[in-house]
Amino acid sequence: MSKAAGPNAEGLRRDALVERLALFSLSGPALLLVTMTMLLPVGWLFWLSFLDDAGALTLEHYRRMLVQPSYGRAFRITFEISFITTAICILLGYPLAYVLSQLPRRAANICMIAVMLPFWTSLLVRTYAWLVLLQRQGVINTWGMKLGLWDTPLTLVHNLNGTLIGMVHIMLPFMVLPVYASMRAIDQDYLRAAANLGASPTWAFWLVFLPLSLPGLLAGALMVFILCLGFYVTPAVLGGGKITMVANRIATDIELFFNWGAASSLGVVLFVLTGAILYVASRVVRLDRLLGGGAA
Amino acid sequence: MARDAALPIAVRHLTKSYGTLRVLDAVDLDVQRGEFLTLLGPSGSGKTTLLMMLAGFVRPDCGSITFGEREVIRLPPHKRDVGMVFQNYALFPHLDVTANIAFPLRLRGIGKAETKQRVEQALELVKLDGYGARRIDQLSGGQRQRIALARAIVFEPRILLMDEPLSALDKQLREHMQIELRQLHERLGMTTVYVTHDQREALTMSDRIAVIDLGRIRQIDTPKAIYERPANRFVAEFIGESTFVTVNVDSRGCSFNGIPLTLASQPARKGPHHLMIRPERLTILEHAATEGVNLLPATVTAAIYQGDSVLVHASLTDGSNVSVRASASARAPLVGENLNLGLKAVDTYLLPADESAA
Repeated sequence: MSKAAGPNAEGLRRDALVERLALFSLSGPALLLVTMTMLLPVGWLFWLSFLDDAGALTLEHYRRMLVQPSYGRAFRITFEISFITTAICILLGYPLAYVLSQLPRRAANICMIAVMLPFWTSLLVRTYAWLVLLQRQGVINTWGMKLGLWDTPLTLVHNLNGTLIGMVHIMLPFMVLPVYASMRAIDQDYLRAAANLGASPTWAFWLVFLPLSLPGLLAGALMVFILCLGFYVTPAVLGGGKITMVANRIATDIELFFNWGAASSLGVVLFVLTGAILYVASRVVRLDRLLGGGAA
Repeated sequence: MARDAALPIAVRHLTKSYGTLRVLDAVDLDVQRGEFLTLLGPSGSGKTTLLMMLAGFVRPDCGSITFGEREVIRLPPHKRDVGMVFQNYALFPHLDVTANIAFPLRLRGIGKAETKQRVEQALELVKLDGYGARRIDQLSGGQRQRIALARAIVFEPRILLMDEPLSALDKQLREHMQIELRQLHERLGMTTVYVTHDQREALTMSDRIAVIDLGRIRQIDTPKAIYERPANRFVAEFIGESTFVTVNVDSRGCSFNGIPLTLASQPARKGPHHLMIRPERLTILEHAATEGVNLLPATVTAAIYQGDSVLVHASLTDGSNVSVRASASARAPLVGENLNLGLKAVDTYLLPADESAA
């Protein structure tokens, strides 16, 4: 690009540069924080995963992951649980978001607070609360048997059931929020137009409402799935030691075996897989944007 | 489509209140078979509510709506079989142009081959052949308008409703589309109810205009009759520019501020009346008044050059302000100058001063 010559060209150029620097400097503290708390530790873990106990470079940790079935199992369980949790969140969250989106705005806001309420309670507290509710002598089993609904206590916790119940409860708002937002953004005139053109309410839903709310649904599903991949407390407490997700495996490697290299390599693989999923999903979602739902 | 396939619309005693606010007040309305009728009124007059009731989107408190012989008041919108063009077009953003136009055909179980043919015909009709594969966000405002129209008529509804379909377009395109919509209506002949707040649009396009205010139809007639013989002051002031001056009618005739006036026709009743003065019916008289022209002395308060003409504001002897256009090539009147304005007897139109008697 040739520099413009003319009166004050140099001064104006410098003004533009100063403005840009001033704007950039505002992001300085945040950038510093991210570097210190994110980039450096992650980079360090990445580095650790390639070192053996003596401090020499090695691919041993990654090799072990391929060889030892317990690692593969941890990854499989992690993806299975994340997938099931996401599916249940869709089944519960989509209709809930739909009801909320059809309410008058005031009522919807009040209901939204109820949806968000779990957010304001500590994750640990919520998880132990579920333990109290679900265990053998817990509230649900006691009442269920008193009312004669079942005779022997149901095993609701210390297994996959408990883990899923706890995770769905925690993840549901992450599903409802984006879906609700995308439903609210759907102009009522689209549904009117569908009806006017001959679509019964059912058809209008399948042909117009669902496709238009799909970007929100995909965003919610992606968020829930990704967040599930890193779950630790809920499977640890409600899984009763029977559910080993990758994060639990990482904790075991460090707490029991003091093997930082092995733990780091697990972290790196999960990180890379998550990144890959995000990348692929973002391509799909963007493609969806291109096909519609964009600026009307 | 043949004109006899169009259906007449009859609205009886249609009423709707929101709380204490009466949006529609026992409205009666007849739209003839194949007629282009415009609902014209200011915002909040109830014109859009009335249209929404015809489409079935708003539930009235009571009343009756018939399409032809059929009572439709309790019919849900998807069973009414009327075409509608929405103000913001409401084209489905996740579907391309073809899928948008094919939407009503698909719901009616029409086969692939026929759908394809009818979509192409509809595109041709709105002069957008070859646009089928476009996405909605690739279309300009005018093109969206045409696609919305194509979608509304592709299933050959016998009634077409339009809710301010041109309001989002710029002036030039709007005027062009007015003519085009009108020509399309003449070709297809479907009964059309058109909502607008733009009086010029209403005058340009309609067979008849229903002027609505405060949930009531104030007058329903041809554009010419509405403009030249408004039933009341609201209609006169809403359509076109007008000034009203008080005149008195007694046994000797009609007079304005002591000046005797010759009228087109004598009013039935004596007493005070309002004389409607339209700017384009006034002339600046260079010479003495001729036969059949009333002479109104006035003083120039402003003269504004507007290119094609000079807009002259003047005050009459009773203090009321009128405006008149003077030729730009003639000598521009000066502020403070005294003029004689001419109003032909055939252009006079009186309304009783007491509106309730109208």
